[in-house]
Amino acid sequence: MITAERKPLDEILALVGDKKKVLVAGCDTCVAICLTGGEKEAEILASELRIKAQQEATGAEVEHTAAIRQCEWEYLDMIADKVGEADIVVSMACGIGIQSMAEKFSPKIVVPAVNTNMLGMPQEHAVWLERCGACGDCVIGETAGICPVVRCSKSLMNGPCGGSHDGLCEVTGPEKEEIECAWALIWERLKEQGREDLMIKNRAPKKWNLSSSGGPRKMVREEAKPV
Amino acid sequence: MADADVKTPVAEGGEAAPEAAEEAPKKQVDPDFEPEIIVFACHYCAYAAADLAGSMRLQYPSNIRMIKLPCTGKLEVIHLLKAIEAGADGVYAAGCLEGECHYLKGNLWARKRVTHVKDLLAEVGIEPERVEMYNMSSAMGAKFAEVATEFTERIKALGPNPVKRAGVDAHAAAREALGGAAMPDDPAPSAATSEEGHAE
Amino acid sequence: MTTATEYKAGTNLEKIFSEGKFAVTGECGPPKSADGSVIAGKADMLKGFVDAVNITDNQTAVVRIASLPSAVTVQQHGLEAIMQMTCRDRNRLAMQADLLGAHTLGVHNVLCLTGDHMSFGNHPEAKGVHDLDAINLIQMLKDMRDEKKFQCGDEMDVAPKFYIGCAENPFGDPFEFRSIRLKKKILAGADFMQTQCIFNVPKFKKWMEEVRAEGLHQEIKIMAGLTPLKGVGGARYMKNFVPGMDVPDDIVERMAGVEKGPASHAEGKKLAVEMIKELAEVEGVAGVHIMAVEWEEAVPEIVEAAGLMPRPTVA
Repeated sequence: MITAERKPLDEILALVGDKKKVLVAGCDTCVAICLTGGEKEAEILASELRIKAQQEATGAEVEHTAAIRQCEWEYLDMIADKVGEADIVVSMACGIGIQSMAEKFSPKIVVPAVNTNMLGMPQEHAVWLERCGACGDCVIGETAGICPVVRCSKSLMNGPCGGSHDGLCEVTGPEKEEIECAWALIWERLKEQGREDLMIKNRAPKKWNLSSSGGPRKMVREEAKPV
Repeated sequence: MADADVKTPVAEGGEAAPEAAEEAPKKQVDPDFEPEIIVFACHYCAYAAADLAGSMRLQYPSNIRMIKLPCTGKLEVIHLLKAIEAGADGVYAAGCLEGECHYLKGNLWARKRVTHVKDLLAEVGIEPERVEMYNMSSAMGAKFAEVATEFTERIKALGPNPVKRAGVDAHAAAREALGGAAMPDDPAPSAATSEEGHAE
Repeated sequence: MTTATEYKAGTNLEKIFSEGKFAVTGECGPPKSADGSVIAGKADMLKGFVDAVNITDNQTAVVRIASLPSAVTVQQHGLEAIMQMTCRDRNRLAMQADLLGAHTLGVHNVLCLTGDHMSFGNHPEAKGVHDLDAINLIQMLKDMRDEKKFQCGDEMDVAPKFYIGCAENPFGDPFEFRSIRLKKKILAGADFMQTQCIFNVPKFKKWMEEVRAEGLHQEIKIMAGLTPLKGVGGARYMKNFVPGMDVPDDIVERMAGVEKGPASHAEGKKLAVEMIKELAEVEGVAGVHIMAVEWEEAVPEIVEAAGLMPRPTVA
């Protein structure tokens, strides 16, 4: 699902500025599941902001709330009153939820308390790994169910590159942690599946226009639109 | 009976006088500063150790105000944070020895959460040392007293909580935050012992 | 492959291969400044000792003078260039535009690479392009040259001529997959290949066995890569910190046994000469690619001592 990580507190404080009535709004779907921005975390952030306000005698009042899902208009109706009372909303939802709040309650100022970072999978409890690049043109049917767009650091369609070593990518994570070479994984699994021919096949360049490179995307289900 | 009926010579009365705390300059060690310390103690070990300390007549500061939990694993980050927000000068969780938690891993979770709260406090500019996790068995009455004394000294040296304010009862706020997770205190066995009852 | 009268691009390198002669190439890294005289200097140093010289393209993701203008400078000084192009910094439009430009400026050897990741270089916050990968790039050059078509399928009147190169790492993982990857590059249209620098000659020979077993050495010209060592420090660094590098212990020990300085330089050159002679005997190795990084001055001596002088002149 969509994962996000809380911004450093200094950044959040800078965004809040000198606003007096602050509402911290959590979202109880994706960001709650990744333990970043659910009601629980909204309460914690609100407490931290109040402690800070006390220390600096700003007179700011901080409340918290949470929407079941911040990206759905109907759920936002349910928190509209609280939003109305606030000078600024600090949203802990993913980028979609924050923008929905900003749109629905415009011109109310809505600021992000989190950095939405990836479409991630909980590999184990409390550990999420990036899995999907939302590229709009999925090729994993040919790569043994492993995404080369986002799990390969160079988004190669015909990997691995010369930097792959011991099944690891030449790139390490921000804390120097190892990253698996996606193409080494693809090769191993294709072998297991007896589909080595898919490794030999020369894959054409990606159609990046189907991803966000082609502009912001839209999807419509005509058959489901209300009559 | 939760608290020692023997008061330490320095501490007179359980609650640190808020007025004294506010008048005391923040970073200097004020000998008159009486910190308010909230202890989240687990029913199976730490609270029993406290009882034992009491019946052994071991001295420990009456700055300590206890809240009993079935297990320190019940403690959430927000409980610790709210206690500090409400002005408690120091807060600690006291649970079973690691590996001996009655609920197996509750005390391990508590330790993780205490560590996380230290990080949160650091980012809001409050000393992380104001929050701590301790482990003890129900037979360790002396340890309970030792921890209470040590921690009180630590908090005295740190001075009052920077966000303390008059009229806010941190202990009550902590209890309220815990809701149903907080257990009632054991009733005092007789009037001759503790003056410091904590019955709600 | 090429007949005597019909070359793909007619470069010096291509002709030397075509005549069955052992080719020698070098490498030249442009400077991290606007000082073009550095490249000219390196060209002058290598001229006559190598058949062509690689011009790197923002190597290790560090910004340097671009490979196309550097290649032009080098060729102006009478030495043929092999322009390297990575997939990291350019999309397919920029690549094709540069390639058309390369042709018009007389640069016809192009080596297609994926490119080191941004995080290794001095602009780690840059957006990595990676519109294409190295195999897509090779295919694109081939289609421009032979089909006279752009990547999108549009036709062009005057098609560029390229002699298409690629790189391969015989020691990378997964080991068994390396010959498959070479096959993919051959299928895509690569004409010649240079390996990453070899220190483990026995392992390289084993890889060549597999390559020969599939007849790949007849479908692509294989050049063995080599880097002369200046001292044990370099050997250890490559062994421990460069991914995919296989430096056997006996080589490290050999270099360690010599005092750092002129003695270790001499030993490093001696080792390089020995390796070149050994690699030249391996069936299927059509040439050697000497990457004397920041030590270009060692190349003339090495080439001479390896018995590779004078370099052949071709029509």
